[in-house]
Amino acid sequence: MNMTRRELLKLTPILAVGALTLPAFREGLLKTGLNWTDRAAGAFFSPERLAQTFSKHELTPIEQFPINSYSDYNPENDLASWTLIVEGMVAKPGQYTLDQIQTLPKQTQNVKHICIEGWDVIGNFGGARLSDFLQMVGADPAARFVEVSCLDDYYSSYDIASCLHPQTLLGWEMYGQPLTAEHGAPLRLHMPVKLGYKSAKYIYSIRVSNVLGKEKGFWEDQGYSWYGGI
Amino acid sequence: MATTKSGLTIHTIELDQNGVRQTLAQEHSWLVRFTHWLNAISLAVMTMSGLQIYSAFPSFGVKIPQEDFLHFPEWMRLGDWLGGALQWHLTFAWMFTLTGVTYVLYLIVSGKWRIVILRPEEFRGVWPMVRHYFLFKPKPPQLEPYNPLQKLAYTATIGFGVVAVITGMLLFQPAQFAWQVKLLGGFGMIRIYHFAAMIGFLSFVPGHLLMVALHGWSNFYSMLTGWKRDPDYLTIHSSGRG
Repeated sequence: MNMTRRELLKLTPILAVGALTLPAFREGLLKTGLNWTDRAAGAFFSPERLAQTFSKHELTPIEQFPINSYSDYNPENDLASWTLIVEGMVAKPGQYTLDQIQTLPKQTQNVKHICIEGWDVIGNFGGARLSDFLQMVGADPAARFVEVSCLDDYYSSYDIASCLHPQTLLGWEMYGQPLTAEHGAPLRLHMPVKLGYKSAKYIYSIRVSNVLGKEKGFWEDQGYSWYGGI
Repeated sequence: MATTKSGLTIHTIELDQNGVRQTLAQEHSWLVRFTHWLNAISLAVMTMSGLQIYSAFPSFGVKIPQEDFLHFPEWMRLGDWLGGALQWHLTFAWMFTLTGVTYVLYLIVSGKWRIVILRPEEFRGVWPMVRHYFLFKPKPPQLEPYNPLQKLAYTATIGFGVVAVITGMLLFQPAQFAWQVKLLGGFGMIRIYHFAAMIGFLSFVPGHLLMVALHGWSNFYSMLTGWKRDPDYLTIHSSGRG
């Protein structure tokens, strides 16, 4: 029994807690934790596994579907001239009108919308599969990411696998009606396999790419998980 | 010389000044001590960051109309905002899961679960200990490192850990574990279970700290160094040894 070793052992918990107060150590640890979390979520994701779907009786009434817009943007004046700009690793870049997008097969689904804040609702969403749209614009199969920009200055980015998920919608309807101003008219994403902040509203630009820029998402750049997979 | 009793390594040594024999028992292996302190840190971090996360939606009901259940003061919360708190919470959740699984595997493989886990036939020993602690009745004789009430507390705590990890996993990946979420009553119910597991831990901690304080520093030090001097559960039986 070495006394100095014993004395040292008595200090270890204090040292461990003390290390957490060092900004460099703490930030490094939390960044590692966030990366690890995203990688774990990516490992749980399966391109085939579907999020649970519900009957129409289980839907949350649309009046009780929370509106968590981060600005008070109103799209009304932009609707007439709206087009979706498609750029990056696609065979057919350019501007797509809502009519063109709506020629794709329409899919409607009653799925959960789970917010990072801790609440969940069941909503009805209608639109085209994002995978169909990516095929329409001739997205390069080697592309890794999709970045979206929104008219309210919101922005986000996604791994291509989640974008190709059969329940990921480029949506123009909720509850059988065209999207209202609060819910992201004219076009929004809805991704039941991701947290709510990944379902960007008011999108006007889609960029298919192989590298992510420095700006990865409005919330993501402030510390939310980039992957956001559930 | 070294002997073993109740799964513990016991050394008997002699003090040089007056020749008084001393018994030293190695109560905790390095693995138990390491996982104990990491878990203690993880639990503190996860409780505080968990309260910050909860503050983003301090309700167990629906979002609209939202009826707040509880608000926690700022000093109890960690992470400044939801995003920061989630980073703390998930980073330490992985650590807690890893140390928890390591500890439970160690208990099983080493056979030391017998010291820690309350077996059904030991339940009748719990009440006399409750009478001793809360009604100041005489202390029942103790032949093992931990008394039945203590074992009940440790067993329950391991149970809270299992509930916390499983419900946490479901809250992290509710779409991937859709049928498990459904089985347990939905995302909202699982938040309640997760919160309840935290209350379980919190109800364990004051009693645990009070007992450590009441039984003196030797207990506390043994979780740091591994060794305890003259443990009372050995004094009756250790005479004639060594």
